[in-house]
Amino acid sequence: MVMGSLREETQVVVIGSGPGGYVAALRLADLGKEVLLVEKRERPGGTCLLEGCIPSKTLIHAVEVQEAAKRASQFGLTFKGLEVDPAKLRAWTDEVVAGLSNGIKALLKRRGVTVVQGHARFDSPTSVSVEGGEVSGIDFEQAIIATGSSLNRLPDGIVASVWSSADALKLPRIPESLLVVGGGYIGLEMGLVYQGLGSEVSVVEFFPRLLMGADFDLVDIMVGQVSERLHEIMLDARVKSIAETGGDANNGFDVEIETGGQVVSKHYDQVLVAIGRRPNTDGIGLENTRVAVDDKGFIITNELCRTGEPNIYAIGDAATGPMLAHKASREGKVAAEAIYGGEVAFDNRAIPAVVFTDPEIAWTGLTEREATEQGIEVNIGRFPLSALGRARTLGRTDGMVKVIADPRGGLVLGVGIVGPMASELIAEGTLAIEMGATLEDIMVTIHPHPTLSEAFLEAAEVAAGEAVHVNPPRKVR
Amino acid sequence: MFEFKLPDLGEGIAEGEILKWYVQEGQKIVEDEPLMDVETDKAAVTIPSPKGGTIAAHKGKVGDIVNVGDVVVVIDDGTGEAAAVEEAAAEKTFAAPDTPEPATVPEAVVPAAMPGVRRPVPAAPATRRLARELKVDINLVTATGPGGRVIPEDVHRFADQGLAPISAAGSPDHVAAKKVQGDKAFAEFAAHASATIPFLEIEPLPDFSADGPVEIEALRSIRRKVARKMVTSMSLVPHVAHMDDADVTELDKFRVREKEKRAGGAGGKLTLLAFVIKAITAGLKAAPAFNASLDPFREEIIYKKYYNIGFAADTGRGLVVPVVKDTNNKSIVQIADEIFAKATLAREGKLPPEDMRGGTFTITNVGPLGGTALLPTINYPEVAILGMGKVQEKPVVRNGEIVIRKILPLTLAFDHRIADGADAARFVAELVRQLSDPNLLLLET
Repeated sequence: MVMGSLREETQVVVIGSGPGGYVAALRLADLGKEVLLVEKRERPGGTCLLEGCIPSKTLIHAVEVQEAAKRASQFGLTFKGLEVDPAKLRAWTDEVVAGLSNGIKALLKRRGVTVVQGHARFDSPTSVSVEGGEVSGIDFEQAIIATGSSLNRLPDGIVASVWSSADALKLPRIPESLLVVGGGYIGLEMGLVYQGLGSEVSVVEFFPRLLMGADFDLVDIMVGQVSERLHEIMLDARVKSIAETGGDANNGFDVEIETGGQVVSKHYDQVLVAIGRRPNTDGIGLENTRVAVDDKGFIITNELCRTGEPNIYAIGDAATGPMLAHKASREGKVAAEAIYGGEVAFDNRAIPAVVFTDPEIAWTGLTEREATEQGIEVNIGRFPLSALGRARTLGRTDGMVKVIADPRGGLVLGVGIVGPMASELIAEGTLAIEMGATLEDIMVTIHPHPTLSEAFLEAAEVAAGEAVHVNPPRKVR
Repeated sequence: MFEFKLPDLGEGIAEGEILKWYVQEGQKIVEDEPLMDVETDKAAVTIPSPKGGTIAAHKGKVGDIVNVGDVVVVIDDGTGEAAAVEEAAAEKTFAAPDTPEPATVPEAVVPAAMPGVRRPVPAAPATRRLARELKVDINLVTATGPGGRVIPEDVHRFADQGLAPISAAGSPDHVAAKKVQGDKAFAEFAAHASATIPFLEIEPLPDFSADGPVEIEALRSIRRKVARKMVTSMSLVPHVAHMDDADVTELDKFRVREKEKRAGGAGGKLTLLAFVIKAITAGLKAAPAFNASLDPFREEIIYKKYYNIGFAADTGRGLVVPVVKDTNNKSIVQIADEIFAKATLAREGKLPPEDMRGGTFTITNVGPLGGTALLPTINYPEVAILGMGKVQEKPVVRNGEIVIRKILPLTLAFDHRIADGADAARFVAELVRQLSDPNLLLLET
């Protein structure tokens, strides 16, 4: 077989095998469609599995176990000789990723989905050419664009030997000192990983706050804990220049940081840049279709995930909306069912956001800030973990659950959580919003005792003004 | 593009008939200027345009029945380049060449009557999918779940009521559907009624066109409403009629004199009806049974302590009953002016629904059109109705001599469940006495 000589024909082509693309392909196959999945990487799974969610959470867990072991001294458990073996941790992470990627491969194979390796580019609304694999082109009836996103790079003039989050996930080494550029969720998560592995970590953020997307009261509790582990947090600060010390990255980096009108020069062993992601919608031939993108490059879609080209759909990071794996998976199912002709729509009311700092932060639905900005009248109930039995038994009272509800009827509109297991607990809040649950629905649902999940019930009671476990608000005369 | 849905026109009104388009397709319309006239069971209303722009499409023609919530007109509101482009892009994305048009819920269109931004209606994902499958716009469904949540039953009820989009009236589909619907309705009724009423034999109507040319008109709007009201009243209420004559010679002299004096000003349209309404109000105060209603299910009589007198008006588009409210607190001149104003609005089809509700007693005055006696049907759930015949000069005996007097024939039809013949006789006798001498009206009402 000559490389790039084969032309394929299929009903549906899915471009990208991340959590959006592979889910769409599986669903389409289940609905009886003939599907070709094009993937430019060697393995399926996309950013999420190969250089995002999965490896980062594997590392984060390892560090959290270590942190938990340290914290255990407060209740009389002292560990001696706790050591990190970076090589073994690296291997363990690779094993987790490989296992899951092989799992996707097996699922695709069992469904009869053909995977084509290469970079796909639209030649027309019904055909793509493919570079870098055996297949040269594919003619199709419908397509789903699930090309994902790429890391934003620092502007030109800044050296290439700094790490991206993808580089950092490979644990090339444990630097003595690490500067994280970007105080968003990726920067904080990776910063805490390296701190746990032994680096002295500093964070520099352009905005006046860390984690600009989340409600401030949640972030403040997290920052209160995290700042003890970080060497320095520089806010309202800009990186002016990064240079390899003496022209050699082995000597570390000299970084100029501008803050409050002053420029300071600092030296770090390594620099990690985590300043967001952009959609992969360039270089895929959209100009040969009527697929429209917005000013940031996201593909504009309707509630069926359909683009301006009626037979082409777009999902996940490449399409408008938050860049989250779980949003991509849901969109993948919507697009697949829309192609099948089902009565379906991406009409979700809440997309949860999760940050795996320590403690974790998670929120779903309406945030308090959105309510204020949009002038939406809400009742808010906050319940501190310090008042919760289970949080005390864990020695983790650094947290809070917040429920935001409609004052008329008590409809749950939003939930915010900071604390251990926030990422797990947020699912109940999201379900409540999707189902149109009211505060009363939450309050009458029996939550198991003693668990962290009780905090949701308690916060709902506070929002409804019927809390038994908090002191009643002082009456104003 | 702005899709305008027929807004909520008032309590219990689910549909209306398009009477008129003020602005044709392709023409421009200014916000708040009249867009269309729609006639409902209660009245015709003029609906103003919620937006300025060009009429892109009427979604119905004159004579079509439209449901509340249906898109009735599409307005190209030309909100600048960007919006127009985005709109076009959005539309493009919905147009699949080879698949059936998906059930798209148009962007929440907020009718003029309901200002403010609407949040998505609370409903579980499975309920939302059900609505999509039944082609129901879930935002229009009345929610019965806690916290205003739409539950599956709500969606089913909405769909069953036929409030979901149906094929346009007048299309072949619609005519065929109508025949099937009619046959089905007949079969159901015949089976049920003949099982309930002994000797009742009901058969489908013969094909009249076999015997000569016919024209078929749909039973709609006011005509259908009157049909329902009359059958309900005649079926539920045991009617009894009591008749008498009133000598209105002196009253009429007084009326004509006052009317001429007041020409062009207040009371310039002084009619006999205004005097009768005032006299009736006094009579109702003395005999509260005729200002009551009977609830057969709770077995209660409700006596109303307010006096709202309706009068039947022939409007050329059907029978309408405007109501003059609180007649006990109004002068005869005020009542006369109000009768004139409301009758004029009713003829123009502009009488608002709230001026046709809340009546406690009705008067029907067919006299000017002729008739010596009539048997009116009670305006259910009221208790009585007064019919006025034609005022005529008649030879009558007064003090042993034959004289010519102006005589008004009166019929009081009443609900025998609440009042008896003697009550009615007393009520009408008092009315006759009041109308015989304008001074009595002055002194006693």
